[in-house]
Amino acid sequence: MAGCASLLVTVASGKGGTGKTTVAVNLAVALGDVTLLDCDVEEPNAHTLLHPPTFESTPVTVPTPVVDQDSCSHCGACADFCQFNAIFVGKTKTIVYEELCHSCGGCAMVCPTHAISERPRRVGWVHTANIDGIRLVYGELKIGEPVATSVIRAVKAEAGSGDVVVDAPPGTACPVIESIRGSDFVVLVSEPTPFGVHDLSMTVEVISTLGIPYGVIVNRAGIGDDRLHQFCRENDIPVLMEIPFERRIAELYSAGIPFVRGDAEWRRRFREMFEQIREMV
Amino acid sequence: MAVQIGIVSGKGGTGKTTLTASFAAAADDVVLVDCDVDAPDLHILLHPVVKSESEFSGSKVASIDVDKCTRCGLCETHCRFGAVDVPEIDALSCEGCGVCAHVCPVDAIDLSPRLSGYIFESATRYGPMAHARLLPGEGNSGRLVTEVRKLGERIANATGSDTILIDGSPGIGCPVIATVTGLQLAVVVTEPTMSGLHDLDRILSLLERFRVPATVVINKYDLNVDNTRKIEDMCQGRSVEVLGRLPFDTVTTDSMVAALPLPEYAPSHSMTERIVEMWDRVIGMAH
Repeated sequence: MAGCASLLVTVASGKGGTGKTTVAVNLAVALGDVTLLDCDVEEPNAHTLLHPPTFESTPVTVPTPVVDQDSCSHCGACADFCQFNAIFVGKTKTIVYEELCHSCGGCAMVCPTHAISERPRRVGWVHTANIDGIRLVYGELKIGEPVATSVIRAVKAEAGSGDVVVDAPPGTACPVIESIRGSDFVVLVSEPTPFGVHDLSMTVEVISTLGIPYGVIVNRAGIGDDRLHQFCRENDIPVLMEIPFERRIAELYSAGIPFVRGDAEWRRRFREMFEQIREMV
Repeated sequence: MAVQIGIVSGKGGTGKTTLTASFAAAADDVVLVDCDVDAPDLHILLHPVVKSESEFSGSKVASIDVDKCTRCGLCETHCRFGAVDVPEIDALSCEGCGVCAHVCPVDAIDLSPRLSGYIFESATRYGPMAHARLLPGEGNSGRLVTEVRKLGERIANATGSDTILIDGSPGIGCPVIATVTGLQLAVVVTEPTMSGLHDLDRILSLLERFRVPATVVINKYDLNVDNTRKIEDMCQGRSVEVLGRLPFDTVTTDSMVAALPLPEYAPSHSMTERIVEMWDRVIGMAH
């Protein structure tokens, strides 16, 4: 891609609570004119730092099978086909377990009496807001719904054309892959503790399979030990930034305030890091 | 049947694993289960010695026989997960539903079990432990959690242990639902931040929905005393007992760096005393 093309940077971590949202929001505030996508749809938090006064909400739906009991011959073909045990065929009734359904459409396809149709089922929402030049888009998984990926996809569809910062969920499983996919660069936020290093090494494995360039931000620098720096050195991973452990930063976060507000020096550092990433990509 | 107690949080990094390991050290006779299968950390503090290991296959994956494939593209049209780019299938996107194999007119597509992770049965200084590792980027973490919990139950039945202590993952999605279903008590670890408050509200709603009794620990409560009060008010409004508050203290990080549970690292520290008191109350509530 050309040097000045727009950039999609995802902030991820492996371990939870290392500072993904802190980095994503402060980076967005420092950049100003940017889209911020909060893909941690199970526990979205970017809005708890940005406090949008108003937002627009759109429901996210997935196609879910509905069985017409009158046309159903209880042959069991749908249940045999379903790999997710989401359909139970009884002697008089066929039941769909909606939370187990992956919306593949296979049951409707194999039904010999065309008794299965699909209807949209709401699994969450996408909220959109504009705050100080930032376009914030965040997903919210409906409580009790197990599968987050459809809501994550709906959030990512709002990326638009300019620079984008994505706040990813913790872990290394499918929701993380869904969030990272299509990124130009991944910023991994870790902390210098054994948990931080261990979970970072697992996330590095995931990103390597996707072939996306990445670097590390050391958050809460000064606590713990130096194994995180050692890990980065040994694996040739660039350390993009160090955010020191300061009670002031932790207190501002707890009160819901991005720490770069009122701190021109930190805003400059975040902007410079973003330009450095643009050059690396 | 052993009583099952799970440590969860909603928000990540609030101190679930630190508290689980500390409870393990304070307990007499427990079976330990690490249900945070996609970023497990409990082993770092408990140093399990693996006694047996088994493969976990939670789903299938499709593959195309390129010699049989006529490149008709029907599979690609019908796949709802964008996993097919004829004649290739992206294993990470494939959910193993079998639609592609069903529509293929020349039977060129096969479904085979995919290896999604490993399950371990181990011994620790504090009791037997069931844990797992999901392979990077895999789905099916909920199914793996269910399998690890079953292993924990089998161990408890065999040893006669009456308590299973489970370390959960962050979030409220499939692995967490699989972790909390059927628990006698969920201990929710939170912190007095805006995001902590927001996420606590969601995990408490989830627990209510699955009818799991909950109690709350406010970690690093002194970071923001106003928010700590808000959390206590929220719990009161929901009739949830606050199990206790823990202050911010560098001894917590020091014990993690030493790779030891807090009560073992600092047996006479005031934090250890508080945690031991909490564990006694937890046992009282769950049994």
